[in-house]
Amino acid sequence: MLTMTGIGKSFPGVRALAEVSLSVRRGEIHAICGENGAGKSTLMKVLSGVYPHGTYDGEFSFDGDVCRFGGIRDSERAGIVIIHQELALCPQLSIAENIFLGNEQATGGLIDWNRTNHRAAELLDRVGLREPAVTPVGELGVGKQQLVEIAKALSKEVKLLILDEPTAALGADDSAHLLDLLRGLRADGVTSVIVSHKLNEVMAVADSITILRDGRTIETMDAGDVTEDRIIAGMVGRDLEHRFPPHEPKIGKVALRIEDWTVRNPTRPDHLVVDRANLVLRRGEIVGLAGLMGAGRTELAMSVFGRSYGRDISGRLVKDGRPIEARTVREAVAHGIAYVTEDRKRYGLNLIEDVKRNISAAGLSRLARRGWVNENEEYRVAGRFRQSMNIKVPTVSTAVGTLSGGNQQKVVLSKWIFTDPDVLILDEPTRGIDVGAKYEIYSIINRLADEGKAVLVISSELPELLGLCDRIYTLAAGRITGELSREQATQERLMQHMTRNQEHYP
Amino acid sequence: MSSTVEAERISGKIDRAPRRWSFNPRQSGIYVAFALIVVLFSVLTGGTMLQPENISNIIVQNSYVLILAIGMILIIIAGHIDLSAGSVVAVTGAVSAVLMVNMHVPWLLALLITLVVGGIIGAWQGYWIAYFGIPAFIVTLAGMLVFRALTLTVLGNQGIGPFPDPIRTLSNGFTDGYLGNVGLGPLGGADVVSLLVGVLVVAGIGFSQWRTRRGRVQYLQAVDPFPVFLLKIVGAGVVVLAVVVQLARFKNIPWVLVLLAALVLGYSLLTTRAVFGRRIYAIGGNLQAATLSGVKVKSVVFWIFVNMGVLSALAGVIFAGRLNQAGPTAGTSFELDAIAAAFIGGAAVQGGVGKVIGAITGGLIMAVINNGMSLIGAPSEQVMLVKGLVLLAAVAYDIWTKRRATRS
Repeated sequence: MLTMTGIGKSFPGVRALAEVSLSVRRGEIHAICGENGAGKSTLMKVLSGVYPHGTYDGEFSFDGDVCRFGGIRDSERAGIVIIHQELALCPQLSIAENIFLGNEQATGGLIDWNRTNHRAAELLDRVGLREPAVTPVGELGVGKQQLVEIAKALSKEVKLLILDEPTAALGADDSAHLLDLLRGLRADGVTSVIVSHKLNEVMAVADSITILRDGRTIETMDAGDVTEDRIIAGMVGRDLEHRFPPHEPKIGKVALRIEDWTVRNPTRPDHLVVDRANLVLRRGEIVGLAGLMGAGRTELAMSVFGRSYGRDISGRLVKDGRPIEARTVREAVAHGIAYVTEDRKRYGLNLIEDVKRNISAAGLSRLARRGWVNENEEYRVAGRFRQSMNIKVPTVSTAVGTLSGGNQQKVVLSKWIFTDPDVLILDEPTRGIDVGAKYEIYSIINRLADEGKAVLVISSELPELLGLCDRIYTLAAGRITGELSREQATQERLMQHMTRNQEHYP
Repeated sequence: MSSTVEAERISGKIDRAPRRWSFNPRQSGIYVAFALIVVLFSVLTGGTMLQPENISNIIVQNSYVLILAIGMILIIIAGHIDLSAGSVVAVTGAVSAVLMVNMHVPWLLALLITLVVGGIIGAWQGYWIAYFGIPAFIVTLAGMLVFRALTLTVLGNQGIGPFPDPIRTLSNGFTDGYLGNVGLGPLGGADVVSLLVGVLVVAGIGFSQWRTRRGRVQYLQAVDPFPVFLLKIVGAGVVVLAVVVQLARFKNIPWVLVLLAALVLGYSLLTTRAVFGRRIYAIGGNLQAATLSGVKVKSVVFWIFVNMGVLSALAGVIFAGRLNQAGPTAGTSFELDAIAAAFIGGAAVQGGVGKVIGAITGGLIMAVINNGMSLIGAPSEQVMLVKGLVLLAAVAYDIWTKRRATRS
């Protein structure tokens, strides 16, 4: 159905794609795997006309016709629709308005609202989203927004659906639903190409897999006869026997005790986001926090971190045996608590500033005397972190916005390590990071634990928690529903605990 | 401290940074543009532009806008805006006039009270913006109306004057020639004190730059090659000395220039070296990240508006002193000049970027255009047209260089 041959694409100074070939059969789900920077997104942008014909080398044909797209409109007319990682929906507009944005159901220039909402409802039914078509998109969670995007694609008579990291922001539940939906669409004759980091999902849903590395096609395989390790080996170009660095924990005293922690939703005060949660974090121990999307993981973490989320917070924090108050971020930092956000671009980094100023941002007082910053010390500190964290930058004066996800994450980690915390809360520390960098982040986390810090890791990827943590809490609808040691924990058990008590909260 | 650095260098932990040219077209473009504009108008006016009296005029006539630009750049870096500056200039000018002229309060005390009033006005606006959460655009738009109304209430339809001598000297006067004049050959006589000050300033620039450079070298950071470093210092020194010589040939150094130099130095240090300055950039760059890094966002925003109020009051007194009268229409559209100066000087509309010296340069670019065009007899509508286009071009250039940088 789709054949791409010899695709090459250069940016000034960078060769993003060289000699990429891809062939997709009609009616299959085709996964494209590769590390960050392997050229996956660039390839998808060539395919969907974001990079118009003439700006790349090579050719591709779709449904037997050679494609020369001048823009996204051309590719959509041919039946190719791309759903980007960052969703492109207008939060204030309704579901129906979003679905038909740019394709309004109009007669004579006037929008036919009945037809719009009726057709939208049909499409929502098809993607399994039970929401009124007039609901503003901003009121939906990310998972449901993703479904709206797919409904929008279906409204355009899509033949080839491209999804760029569709489950990156989704919890296990929503991800599973999305994958089911893709299977359903396959049965209806829609061909899909998914770009994904999550190999378990690729294994679960894909019919064939193409691996890209350094802008080249490495191989295309039938999904039936490969293993995850085989895919990883292809992606990184080396056998990655252990995805997690070995670690022997040295567990010490209790660093932080979170007692009866209760947090209310700031806009809906009757809704308990965290409900009487109790957690114990010990020095030298890596503790996991598992939960589905919306279980309250980030909310729990941020409310502990200087009440950065929620209202009417009650409960106690006991640090090193003494009760503490952490009403602001400053107080939390002063008590040795650090929180590394799940969304580093929005909440973690000042992208227009350079590496050194980002690293010093939270611990600036350590570099200052009477309100004046010692810039030379700052430079040295940043240089030290660049070494110890292996941040790949030409100089520490490089703007953070130009770095890859893995290196940005290392900058955020450096920023918080520089505050010398006793308790580190890491929210999705490897989200959007390629396999090689993940391994480095895991090593850093182990090192932090060995230095005697208590580490709490929040992650949507259960294998990550199982591989990394000494103990795992599960959270469901704001309640701690289980606590499993490394030996007890399995994906199935975690999932059981994570889905408990769901019936109380629709 | 330096011994650990040494140890790290020997152990290979820090690689010796490459020495390189540090020329950044996005940051340096503004200074090149300024130089070109000065050269252009010097040619167009047949050299009148650079005559001693004219240079002195440019500085004295634009001092209050430059003072406002200093306060404005801090606000713009933080991602806010102040539309009320012109009205605050008017109302504080009126306050100072009432105090000094009508109530005969001693000038220094009256000046201090006026500055405090400016601070209170800033605190009022800062409260609504930082703590109540109303966008600065709205709060200061309201302030623009409110403070103009208060000015009219205080002054009615007439001005109050004349001001006491010290205030007039501050805004319009020149340092005394304590040591008499010295002959400079073909250039004629020049004031010795002014020349000495010029030499000291150049020496100060050279010394502080050299210290910074030495510190960086000790910490193994990238620095300009020595000849380039020397060239930059000599270049800056020549420009400063040339201006000072011209001023010394006229009526010595204007007092407002002394004040302005102190403000530029102080606020440059604040923005580049102080923790408070860093916080401003952090807030403008990413508000949420700054909040989650423990920055007291509300307090910082509040204080930069208080600061703006004080600087507006200072500009108000100087403007009133220069005209020797506090008038009801004083300061009209000053805020727009200050905002334009900040943006021409390289500030980013979305915040997080900008320099005090850039805003001053931006203000001077407009000042030179104003002055140069009026010297060649251009009507005011043409001056306005050119200033508008320069503002647009400056921001377009900024966006263009930024886009080019991200593409490569």
